Amino acid sequence: MANFNLNINGKKLQVDVDPTTPMLWVLRDHLNLVGTKYGCGIAQCGACTIHLDGAAMRSCQLPVSAVGEQAITTIEGLSENGDHPVQKAWVEHDVPQCGYCQAGQIMSAAALLKNNADPSDAEIDAAMNGNICRCGTYLRIKAAIKTAANG
Amino acid sequence: MTFIKTTHNRRSFLRSTALAGGGMLLGFNFFAACRPESESAELSMPEEWSEINAYLKIGENGLVTIMSPNPEGGQNIKTSMPMIVAEELDVDWKNVIVEQAPLNTDAFTRQFIGGSQAIRRGWESLRTAGASARYMLRAAAAEAWNVPVGEVSTEAGVLHHRASGKSAGYGEMAAAAAAIPVPEEVELKERKDFRIIGTSRKNVDGKKIVTGQPLFGIDYQREGMLIAMITHPPAFGMKLSAIDDSEARTMPGIRDIFPIKTFKEDYARQYFDTCTFMDLVAIVGDSTWEVMQAKKALKVEWEPIADSSYTRSRGDSQEVIPIPAGLENTDDHHAKMAEMASGTVNVRRKDGDPEAAFKNAAKVIERTYSAPFLAHNCMEPMNFFAHVTADKAELAGPLQKPEYTEKTLSERIGMPLENIDIQMTRLGGGYGRRSYAHWLVEAALISQKVEAPVKLIYTREDDMTSGIYRPTYQATYRAALDADNKLIAFHVRAGGIPESPLYPDRFPAGAVDHYLAEDWSIDSNITVGSFRAPRSNFIAGAEQSFLDEVAEAAGKDPIEFRLELLERAQTDPVGERNDYEADRYAGVLELLRDKLAAAPEQPDVHRGVAAYFCHNSYAAQALDITVENGKPTIQKVCSAVDCGIVVNPDAAVNMGEGAIVDGIGCAMYGAQTFKDGVAEKNNFDSYRMIRMAEAPKEIDVHFVENDIDPTGLGEPLFPPVIGALANALYRATGKRHYQQPFLGAEQVLG
Ligand code: FES
Ligand code: FES
Repeated sequence: MANFNLNINGKKLQVDVDPTTPMLWVLRDHLNLVGTKYGCGIAQCGACTIHLDGAAMRSCQLPVSAVGEQAITTIEGLSENGDHPVQKAWVEHDVPQCGYCQAGQIMSAAALLKNNADPSDAEIDAAMNGNICRCGTYLRIKAAIKTAANG
Repeated sequence: MTFIKTTHNRRSFLRSTALAGGGMLLGFNFFAACRPESESAELSMPEEWSEINAYLKIGENGLVTIMSPNPEGGQNIKTSMPMIVAEELDVDWKNVIVEQAPLNTDAFTRQFIGGSQAIRRGWESLRTAGASARYMLRAAAAEAWNVPVGEVSTEAGVLHHRASGKSAGYGEMAAAAAAIPVPEEVELKERKDFRIIGTSRKNVDGKKIVTGQPLFGIDYQREGMLIAMITHPPAFGMKLSAIDDSEARTMPGIRDIFPIKTFKEDYARQYFDTCTFMDLVAIVGDSTWEVMQAKKALKVEWEPIADSSYTRSRGDSQEVIPIPAGLENTDDHHAKMAEMASGTVNVRRKDGDPEAAFKNAAKVIERTYSAPFLAHNCMEPMNFFAHVTADKAELAGPLQKPEYTEKTLSERIGMPLENIDIQMTRLGGGYGRRSYAHWLVEAALISQKVEAPVKLIYTREDDMTSGIYRPTYQATYRAALDADNKLIAFHVRAGGIPESPLYPDRFPAGAVDHYLAEDWSIDSNITVGSFRAPRSNFIAGAEQSFLDEVAEAAGKDPIEFRLELLERAQTDPVGERNDYEADRYAGVLELLRDKLAAAPEQPDVHRGVAAYFCHNSYAAQALDITVENGKPTIQKVCSAVDCGIVVNPDAAVNMGEGAIVDGIGCAMYGAQTFKDGVAEKNNFDSYRMIRMAEAPKEIDVHFVENDIDPTGLGEPLFPPVIGALANALYRATGKRHYQQPFLGAEQVLG
């Protein structure tokens, strides 16, 4: 066990956990931030996507000891009132079915648009390739990303 | 005008004080957190609710809460079921908030999801709930105004007495309405008067989902809650022999490690009590990561199982399910299926004299199709919360058949049903997998042993390798054409491990004079269960690929060929048990033909078509594909669907798109394979799922407009797209694809 000072969603938070604990479980079990989802644990599904200093990162593969000073953003902190352009576009297109994968999809999409304000179809495909949706909402995800980009 | 008696299922229309399931519901903080807030611009949360019936309550300010009876697994019924109630109640949708109803089999009928039946089977009770509440509001107003109830009308949440000019909001009459006796009979709206049904309304949980609110079972938290995981045998055909937990037990955060027995040996199982491994090792600790580490360090010895069997009930009858010993292999499965298909089989239907017809045919075509076991791969792994004490059991989590599972649990832990409370969370996908809720029982047993609230979580690896798959299937088709290229005989011989995929009375049964349907099955210790569109998810693709080949051999357009057969099935059907309506089947093909005529095939784009009937609905689809350097790109899927009245059109399109993407993904890439009993694919690095770039670029879903009561929608678009895909692949490559997955791990078409 060790103490870690973390910067999450603009707040300073402290946890006392095993240093190998992935951020995914630090968020879910220790900080009650359960919006970040477990899907595979091996960086293959994207359900656990968070932002580390603004870049999309699979939190299941990020040990708490590797975070240091870097700023973490989770789905709960993406916007104050759920009004990030990507979230708004998601509601507008009524993207979710079961909804389980969607926090990860939104975090990947938001990171993409941060670096590329007007991505092409191929760029969207490439950026979203790591996020699986068993319900098959890919078309709406893509449409919502385009709406958010142009919004 | 439609009148409907409220006697059927009357209890749900009575004011029910037992609604809270013994009062335990109110103590659930988790559910308090995911309870809806008013999003209405003008109405805030009311001070007081008047409960009119089990489905709805009305606040003094006119805000209405509608309970959604069935679990929500992504079909969007948590929006569409309340829409039906709101329609008959005649309220403004923006003044409605929706809550997940508790499990209460007295008040609600069929509180489960499966078979695409939620809307179809809920239609009447949902409408009656709204209509009887509307009547009670009118009666309350009539009493207050001293006028005949027949003169009180409603309009979007407001009661009017036109002659006197009196009016009142529903909220003002709600308390009085709650005391009005439930009418014996109520009037339902005419379809032309619908204002909510048939209009697109957004997912009531949309905002919560996109902001990451806790909605799912895996998100469940409770003060003092421990985390549990299980270790199951590494292979089908193995069982627990000995546990060495000396190291794991001493690891940080670990509370206990012990074996559990899901079902007792002599337990007569219910139909949904499928469970692969009876003896498991439970690991319980303070946090998920710590438990995962101990699970890795745990040493367990396993031994081979002997032949055995169990009894399970199916309706009123009992069946014996054999579990053969042995470590099974996918390669052996193929050989065994080939052998079975040429041995003795069960004749399920025979019309005319197929043998003679095949003998006299000008042309005979024979083809064999197969598909592998599939894992459900719900993105939310199996999990459940349980807190079992000496006198009560509280459970919460995602499951499809709570009313059945509750009985199973009651039997297993010897606790009466009234002391068990199961709360339904949103499901992170179900597709059939969450009908088999053995993990609920496991969670309860673990909680009982450690005497604490526990959340059991399956790792992805546990989820993918512990069974309950779509069975592996094979089907051989034969068709006989006469000299005029007319289809005179049709023969299907299908089977699977451990279940057959055959529907003997489906198209083209009824459209061919000489018809033979046979099946077979092979016992296995690999467990299976419903998977989105059970059986149809294989047989549709096989049959529709075969019909494509027959149409080609007959020199006919694939749509016209099917329409000719359906014409025969309408005008002069063969046999009496045909389970489809030929005119509705033809209707979707005609609608598809019209839509395609407006978008003819482009050069280098290859089109495959297919149609199918299942879950009481009809779907026809065309899939356009391009192939560049062996890499397929699906340009577009166009669908025509007849599922009766569509309640929430945009959500229906969303579900159609999903079923199409999922169907393509499963057929193109999906497979679970076995080596010496071990499920070889254990996570998404080896089990290939469809990803964004592989999904169709465009999907159109068109609905046939009619006044038929709603039929299934979650499943019917999944099966035929597999046939459309196979037929498009053929047009693009010149090669027929008989074995799923069509691509598997390969990146390009061979
Ligand atoms: S849980 Fe991290 S990528 Fe799947
Ligand atoms: S919405 Fe269900 S997995 Fe994506």
